[in-house]
Amino acid sequence: MKIVKLKKTNLFLFLEIISKEADFWAPVKKSPDKHIFEVIEDFSKINLDYTRTILPPKKIMLPSDFNMFQASNTKYTPDFSHVSKKIIFGIHPCDIHALVIMDKFYSHEYNDPYYQKARDNTLILGHSCWPDEYCMCKSTHTHVVKEGYDLFFTDLEDTYVVWIGSSRGDDLIRLKPELFDEDLTDKDIQNFSQRREERDKAFTNDINFEAMPDLMELKYQNLLWDKLGEACLACGSCTNVCPTCNCYNVEDKPILGKNCSNISRCWDSCTLENYSGVAGGENFREKRSDRLKLFYTHKLQSYISKYGKPACVGCGRCVVTCPVDINVYTVSKSLDNEEVDTFWNRLSKEVTK
Amino acid sequence: MNGENKIKAPANPFQPEPARIVRTYPLTDDVNFFQIRIADMEKALSFQYQTGQFAMISVLGAGEAPFSISSTPSRPGLLEFCIRKAGTVTNALFQMKENDLIGLRGPYGNTFPIEKMQGKDIVIVMGGLGAAPLRSVLLYLLDNRDQFGRVLLLHGAKRPAEMLLREEFFSLKEREDLECYLTVDEDDTGEWPADVGLVTQLFKKLGNINPENTFSLVCGPPIMYKFVLKEILKLNIPKDQILMTLERRMKCGVGKCGHCAIDYIYTCLDGPVFTYWDVIHMRELI
Repeated sequence: MKIVKLKKTNLFLFLEIISKEADFWAPVKKSPDKHIFEVIEDFSKINLDYTRTILPPKKIMLPSDFNMFQASNTKYTPDFSHVSKKIIFGIHPCDIHALVIMDKFYSHEYNDPYYQKARDNTLILGHSCWPDEYCMCKSTHTHVVKEGYDLFFTDLEDTYVVWIGSSRGDDLIRLKPELFDEDLTDKDIQNFSQRREERDKAFTNDINFEAMPDLMELKYQNLLWDKLGEACLACGSCTNVCPTCNCYNVEDKPILGKNCSNISRCWDSCTLENYSGVAGGENFREKRSDRLKLFYTHKLQSYISKYGKPACVGCGRCVVTCPVDINVYTVSKSLDNEEVDTFWNRLSKEVTK
Repeated sequence: MNGENKIKAPANPFQPEPARIVRTYPLTDDVNFFQIRIADMEKALSFQYQTGQFAMISVLGAGEAPFSISSTPSRPGLLEFCIRKAGTVTNALFQMKENDLIGLRGPYGNTFPIEKMQGKDIVIVMGGLGAAPLRSVLLYLLDNRDQFGRVLLLHGAKRPAEMLLREEFFSLKEREDLECYLTVDEDDTGEWPADVGLVTQLFKKLGNINPENTFSLVCGPPIMYKFVLKEILKLNIPKDQILMTLERRMKCGVGKCGHCAIDYIYTCLDGPVFTYWDVIHMRELI
């Protein structure tokens, strides 16, 4: 691993040099407590003092709706207009882990060229973060990154310790090498270690994810799922904000007056009613509880069997987003027999009164 | 470069290939037969599939859906499908005429374990549209008849008019190397020349079965599984020698769109062919 230092006052200068000919995405403050990733030209809009953005960076790789083909009867022409040279700056470790999970998923058995091309054209410039009460990334072991980024900036008061994670990252540094200092002093290393220690202590959540695959299996018929199904609004917010949710629908959109169509791909959600419905009216998961089981089987169980880790990176987006408190935190805790104060627990108590 | 194998993994697994409807005609009130050929001759001949697999068919302006391949790989070139009119895509397909163009991609999914089935007796049980995927393997067995033991077919439909490919099955019934039983729940014509009664009643005609040496292949409507599986289990055929092929919503066919997920598997990659053991140890399969 190659590590260099950058003075904070030189950050914009560096970004200026590397962002020519690329869309530059960075976290921007939208309201007192809401941030989003947005394409910016003015670096002063960057706001690195954020915990999580509303939507994860998956929206940058595969937009919520994009064209796969321009189709006529005789030809299906692939459309890669969603692909452009991009830089994502300020992305946190959990979101980088989510990209690594998607890299594996989209190349498993069949390579998805729509993801692959977008990913190949995107530089990932990570940034360190500080947890709030909803962050679960220490429990999912995604609070630190070892792969999946080109550069990673750790904030140390007036300097950044910059980790170079790829050959392309190294090329970026070489565009203006005089901005970087290759010698880390003992003091720098001490500051870094101290920050890491303090950050580790700042996590307040502890979820036993290792136990989840077995608990999902053992409690598959548990009443818990009925309670959750009763409260779930089937709105799809949890899957929209989840950085590893990747289900999609395909639509044939005819172009009026011409004998051709746009074949488009848009985000779908396993919590929506018709997700598992087939032609003829059969629906394999009519009940909300069945659809929630699918979601949590996927997050807490099946990815572990396939890729060795949960499909949750602990970003906490579902925790702050679900209007009725159905999220990875409350579901995991309940599976692990811990009482949680949630809307759906209060709801079921009222029902039994 | 003559003689070189030109089959390559497609760069874009979602890209349909224009294909032509060679023939189409009704099989029942709501099921049509489709013979389809990929327009590009070279690609038509290099479309190599195995029994049990499916293809994605698209109709411009309507969309795309998965369909079991009903033809056998032992007769290459033309692909055949038995398709029920049930949704947007199939409604559009039923409007189409011979020589019209559609989109096709595949083949996808796993296959019947033909190698393991070699030398074994094979009991095929089909009901309703279940004939669509099982016709492929049945014709394959018949085209390679010397590689298998007894081949038995039990085919049930509600009424005579609802049996898919009746003429074809009655003609197969004439073959001496196939034990073929065709039944209808109810004969409203009074002229049905074969069995009348539920498909489960045909099991008593099977004679002596050596269960260890037998594979059973089942496909039909959900209600049929319930009763047919009981009969098959009574024969003591091992659970992993009972094979079923299942249906799910699919938007990609290659394990990306998520719709066909069951437990930790995708029907499009790890299915559609499952064993009875899979069905009882994985939740939600049927």
